[in-house]
This record gives sequence, C-alpha cells and structure tokens, in this order.
Amino acid sequence: MEQRCALMLPNDEILTEAGFDSTEKSARLLLIACGALAHEILALKRANGWDHMTLTCLPAKLHLYPDKITQAVAEAVEKHRKDFDEIFIVYADCGTGGLLQAKCDELGVKMVEGPHCYSFFEGNDAFASRADSGEITAFYLTDFLVKQFDAFVWKPMGLDRHPELRDMIFGNYTKLVYQAQTNDPKLIEKARECAARLDLDFEYRFTGYGDLATTLGAQAASDAT
Amino acid sequence: MSDEEDDIILSELDDEELVQQMFDDLYDGLKEEIEEAVNILLERKWEPYRILTEALVGGMTIVGKDFRDGILFVPEVLLAANAMKGGMFILKPLLAETGAPRVGKMVIGTVKGDIHDIGKNLVSMMMEGAGFEVVDLGINNPVENYLEALETEKPDILGMSALLTTTMPYMKVVIDTLVEQGKRDDYVVLVGGAPLNEEFGKAIGADAYCRDAAVAVETAKDFMSRKHNQGATG
Repeated sequence: MEQRCALMLPNDEILTEAGFDSTEKSARLLLIACGALAHEILALKRANGWDHMTLTCLPAKLHLYPDKITQAVAEAVEKHRKDFDEIFIVYADCGTGGLLQAKCDELGVKMVEGPHCYSFFEGNDAFASRADSGEITAFYLTDFLVKQFDAFVWKPMGLDRHPELRDMIFGNYTKLVYQAQTNDPKLIEKARECAARLDLDFEYRFTGYGDLATTLGAQAASDAT
Repeated sequence: MSDEEDDIILSELDDEELVQQMFDDLYDGLKEEIEEAVNILLERKWEPYRILTEALVGGMTIVGKDFRDGILFVPEVLLAANAMKGGMFILKPLLAETGAPRVGKMVIGTVKGDIHDIGKNLVSMMMEGAGFEVVDLGINNPVENYLEALETEKPDILGMSALLTTTMPYMKVVIDTLVEQGKRDDYVVLVGGAPLNEEFGKAIGADAYCRDAAVAVETAKDFMSRKHNQGATG
C-alpha cells in the first residue's frame, strides 16, 4: 500500500492513491501519516529542523473508506517498528469511531488528538467551540482537498456522472469553509469554484498548521530528550 | 445492463421477467422505468404490497448486499434509492387504502449537531418497504425532539443515526435520558452510522447497532417478532 520515493515528495495523485514512503533508517522517530498531510508534515519538518524524524504516508483515499484506516495503520506499524525507536501516528480519529485510538493503545503508539484534520488544523478546542455555537452545516476543505477536490469529492460522490445527486448529498450544507494551511491565491480561487460547484456559500479561513504543529513539536521534543 | 434497456418494452414482459427487469432497473437507478413497471403491475392487478415487497424491496436488497460487499458505492445506492422512491410514491397511498400489513412503528432521526441523513433516509425507506410505519424527525435532533416524538407517536422502535465521531456520543445522552425517565424499556433502540460499531452500540446501551439499512430492517423485524412471541406466551 505504501510507495517508496526517498528523494522528493510525489504529486498529490500518488499521495491520494498509493501513499508515500520516505523513511530514512537513520532517523529515530517514524511518523505514519495520512497522505493528505504529507506536504504539511514535511514543511514543518524542514522549518523546525526535525532531522531525527522521518515519514511514511498511507494513501489519502483511505478516507473514503474509514473502516480500512485502522488495519492499514496497524500493518504499517508492524512493518516498520523494528527499524525505529518510536512511531507516531499522524491520524486523528478520522471516522474510525474510536477504533484507531484503541488499536494505537494496543500497539503502544501515540496518535494525534481530535476527531479529524479539519479539527486539528483549526485547533481542536476552537473547532469544538465553533460546532457548539452552531457551525454544523459547513463542509470543510484543506489545501490538499482543494487541490484534490475532483478525486476526493466530485468523482467518489458520483457527481461527474450524476450531477443530480448534488442536492441529495450536499443539500443540508450551507457553506464551504476553506481551511487554508498556506496563503495561496490560486487555491483560494479554486476553493471558491468548488463552493460554486456544490452550490454552497464560500468562506476562507486561514488556519496554518494548527494543532498539527504543536503536536509534532511536542513529539519531536520528547523524542529528542 | 443499461445497453440492453433501449430494446426492452416493459409492458411486453411477463410478470416474472418484469420483476427481474425491475431488479436490474433499480440496480441501475432508473426511476422512470421503475415508475412505469409499478404502474404495469398495478394494471395487472398485483396488490400494492406485493409490488413493494417482491419487486422494490427485493431489488433494493440486492443493491444493499452489493453495497455491503463493496461492489456498489454511495452514488449508485443513492440512484437506486431515488428510483425506489419513485415507485414508493405511487404505491404509498394505495398501501394505505388496501390495508397492507403493518409490522411495527419506528421514530428515527439524526442526532443533535449532525446534518447527515443519507443513511437515515435509506433506513427509513427500507423500513417502510418492509411494512413499518416510519416517523422521520430529520436532522440535528436534540433529546427533546426524540422524547416528544416517542410520547406522541408511541413507536415500537427508536432509531438514531450519526456520521460524525463528535456527534455519535449524543446517542448516549438520549438513551440515558430514557433510562432516567424510566422509559428505556418501552422501546427497542437501534443505532447506526459510519463511525459506529457493535461495541459502541453496547457501550451506550442500545439494543443493537445496525451496520446498514438492510441489517436495520432485519434487526427491527427480529425484535418485532420477539415482541409478538413474548406477547403470545406472556
């Protein structure tokens, strides 16, 4: 399921379909992550000089079948654990209904807190607070999902073949919130187009890396000591 | 399947062929063909309940099985459901007139904070197809909505749905409230939704977790039959 590509980050199609493995055996800490987070994790790694950390990504499209995530993560842990001092799972619950957390506990590895990446990018507390104050009709996209909108949303939901399904699927949503990790005018424009295609209002919300940065920072620090 | 559709004249098929064709048309999500076939069977004096169970529910059961097996995906199931809905729309008033058997009554709704209703709508439709009266509370239901509906509708079954990890714990709020009010044993509580699992269903005190619409129907029928048996022996 993972794809080896040691030198550079592959394109988003490969991150979606096949995943990515850049593991350097010299590193002590392995991050097993969702392919949708590869860009952000490597950006944080570069910016912070976390050279003792390396990354393998599972295909981002596992998110279309959340019941497969737990097993895929478990297999990756078993495959790599002999080569690293520590493994950290860069998935939140991601629709596994607590099963991923239970599996991580069983395997003795830690994972990111929170229900999903929309929450930890915004900050779990801030996201929960928005939900409590009534933001329940928002459909969220991150940088990766804006870039991969057709592969992740439009085609899997059948809207390329059956546009009449749009209102059955998205009729209860009122707005598309683009949670931006980077400031990219082209992505903002594309996200706005995505909202129009779904017939939703558009909101741009810069989140940066949110809790992902603090979580990985804490993990990097604890592993370095 | 659909390449052959152009040449098929539904009214020229005999009953058995027509029902088989309806299975195919449901599978392909062809609403107009389903509506036409339902009308043909009505003209041939089929009882509405027989059309519902043998043709529509029969066809949707195949769709449900292939969804469970990973052969069909959400878009195809939605199209099939939409086609079945077309047939149901014709049959519903006739079912009421002809006194079709009623298996039981269900109140169903998506829990507070959650606006996802695809799964819930499928369950509602399949339950109706199986002879249940269904009162659908829609989305984003606080505990008060459930309590009020249980009081006024007096169903046999309460169904709750959630798609989000963050909203599924609210099912326990509803069940705990029923326990506090001494009403929990008055209803069979069924729960479902993508992130749920059997363990969660047990942990929150539901009677059963239903992984999909077909399982929900079978589970509901099973509970109703146990209830009737208890009534007969008690």
